[in-house]
Amino acid sequence: MRISQHPILEFKTGTKVKFTFDGRELEGYEGETIAAALHAAGIRVMRESGHLHRPRGLFCNIGNCSSCLMVVDGEPNVRVCVERLREGMVVETQKGKGELK
Amino acid sequence: MKHTEIAIVGGGPAGLAAALNAAKLGARVHLIDRNDYLGGQLIKQTHRFFGSKEQRASERGIDIARELANQVTASKNIQVMTEATALGYYEDGVLLVEQHKKIFAIKPERLIIATGGAEKTLLFPNNDLPGVYGAGAVQTLVNVFGVKPGKRVLMVGAGNIGVIVSYQLLQAGVEVAAIIEAAPRIGAYWVHASKVVRAGVPIYTRHTIQRAHGHREVTGATVVQLDENWQPVPGTEKEFDVDVICLSVGLTPLTELLWQAGCRMVFVPELGGNVPLRNEHLETSVPGIYVAGDVAGIEEASAAMMEGALAGLNAAASLGYTTESLGLDRRNILAQLEGLRSGPVGEKIRKGLAQALL
Repeated sequence: MRISQHPILEFKTGTKVKFTFDGRELEGYEGETIAAALHAAGIRVMRESGHLHRPRGLFCNIGNCSSCLMVVDGEPNVRVCVERLREGMVVETQKGKGELK
Repeated sequence: MKHTEIAIVGGGPAGLAAALNAAKLGARVHLIDRNDYLGGQLIKQTHRFFGSKEQRASERGIDIARELANQVTASKNIQVMTEATALGYYEDGVLLVEQHKKIFAIKPERLIIATGGAEKTLLFPNNDLPGVYGAGAVQTLVNVFGVKPGKRVLMVGAGNIGVIVSYQLLQAGVEVAAIIEAAPRIGAYWVHASKVVRAGVPIYTRHTIQRAHGHREVTGATVVQLDENWQPVPGTEKEFDVDVICLSVGLTPLTELLWQAGCRMVFVPELGGNVPLRNEHLETSVPGIYVAGDVAGIEEASAAMMEGALAGLNAAASLGYTTESLGLDRRNILAQLEGLRSGPVGEKIRKGLAQALL
């Protein structure tokens, strides 16, 4: 959900881009974080924990806590709270630790 | 290997002020930040600061960040490295930095660590569910990206951050169901608290969160009253129909580099956890390593800027740089810091800092 009106802030968005989340096509703005684009689309579950398979989402949102690691363009453990969105990105829910190539 | 006179790790309020003040004396500075922008957490602070004019009172963090970053970028003595993560500091005085998948070894004559802090979490069942956020995380989402975290929020913690972020959520059109606080009194300034109360948000003191509800995401929370011994009072449970739980339960210094560098550390709850011992010049037990801002003890951004300025001047002065007004400038900053930390509001900080002096 995006904020439509704000008393102090004006949100300058980049160009609209398309990306996929677990195969589903979504839209976001270039330059915002992947996490912000997913939240705008109402998606908050980003990862599944390794042992208990618990859903995990955003916690610190400043690249510190590793709660929001996802697989982006095939690369696991991407902190989507600081990774900027680009056209055509393939974003997937990460299960466990991910496979390092 | 790159050589520099002063390396500064962290481009938030402390690091920016340190860079500007060191550069002003003539020192050559490398400013290193892992983000792709400068300003640290100032960039999400839309409220007006307190203090006096020298401490930029009544200005908003976002505007201060922009101005300081512009000054830093314009300074020919400062080389800025963004998207650059300081990976480690080694016995031979080498700082390893990763930038754009390349590793750089930097050998600075002085090092200022201004890495800031991180939000703490709280123990309760289901605290790992998506929908449980740090309050600062939600502040970033809302104020930087213009995106809502959900529809209805329970704020845990009535310190300044909890109350200010609650107000900013209201400004963004997000409902705040309540603010709860385990202590018998709120920690926030009354001017902020009265704004949210006037907007209709109840503040429950002596209340804590018992558990979050939900399967895949947060769908609610149970809140319970605490007695004088901080124990839950049976029968006082309240259910909140919320899809967001914000934890505003304090921050802790990001001290990894300090530990690795062998700085002597001390656990000071009043300062947020383990902090480096430091002298009045903000130099740690390892000669040549200085600290400034939240990494030295959790405080406000205004104090971080003052400490950064002081650390920048001191590090440059220790390399032989000076100006006619150096002594006066330093005394002026110290007096301002003392002012910020005066009175009942600064009591906790004063008590904490007294335990962290070398």
